[in-house]
Amino acid sequence: MSAYPKEYRNPLKKARGLGSAQHGVSHWWVQRVTAVALVGLGVWLVTLVLRVLHADYAAARELVARPWNAVLLIAFVVTAFWHAVLGLQVVIEDYVHTRWKEIALLTAIKFVAVLAALAGVLAVLRIALGA
Amino acid sequence: MADTQRPLSPHLSVYKWQVQMVTSILHRATGMALAVGLLLAAWGLVALAGGEERFGHFTAFVGSPVGIILLVGWSWSLFYHLCNGIRHLVQDGGYGYEIVQFVRSSWASIVLSLLLTAAVWAYVLTLGAAA
Repeated sequence: MSAYPKEYRNPLKKARGLGSAQHGVSHWWVQRVTAVALVGLGVWLVTLVLRVLHADYAAARELVARPWNAVLLIAFVVTAFWHAVLGLQVVIEDYVHTRWKEIALLTAIKFVAVLAALAGVLAVLRIALGA
Repeated sequence: MADTQRPLSPHLSVYKWQVQMVTSILHRATGMALAVGLLLAAWGLVALAGGEERFGHFTAFVGSPVGIILLVGWSWSLFYHLCNGIRHLVQDGGYGYEIVQFVRSSWASIVLSLLLTAAVWAYVLTLGAAA
């Protein structure tokens, strides 16, 4: 009786799916591409904020409504939230070691980022289109 | 804590403090702070689109003592993450790994970010006095 093996499955069956998901390179690369974009967009945003700073409400709206400013603002909002999610993901993966908390946080940051990015983009469009 | 038993690598407490550690830790910390700041930026855009009254709530918060402290923190976080991010991009290209270069570029990130923050706030304050 004891001659029967306890395990009929090949060990490979257990290991499959527990290793690399093969998405590491694309994560790393998108983090860098968005970083390069944000170097330019970030510096531009600082100059825009400095111009808005002492403007009244109408002047601030008019500045954001200009086509190039609206386009660059939308580019900034999307790129920045994307970059933020990639970065926060690595931090969570590094420090949160309880699996369900890790997955809950990874999902939560994506929900919050997507909602906030969509709200920001819609806001710029409303201002640019005068709605 | 980890729900798996495995050997741990030597942690922070066994190392002598070096500037390279500080820049690495600060990059993560400022990244997380900027992610929160991004939500504030999105709120600003939504408020601007939502009308003068809502934008007034936003500017009132941003202009309050708490708001100013957060803005100073976020502006330095932005400039630090920007300077050190460029440093990381250069290192991703395979440059600057000599110990002397590594230490020097670490200090450059810190000093440059402080100078940029001071320059922006000097501009804000002098402009505010003029307006």
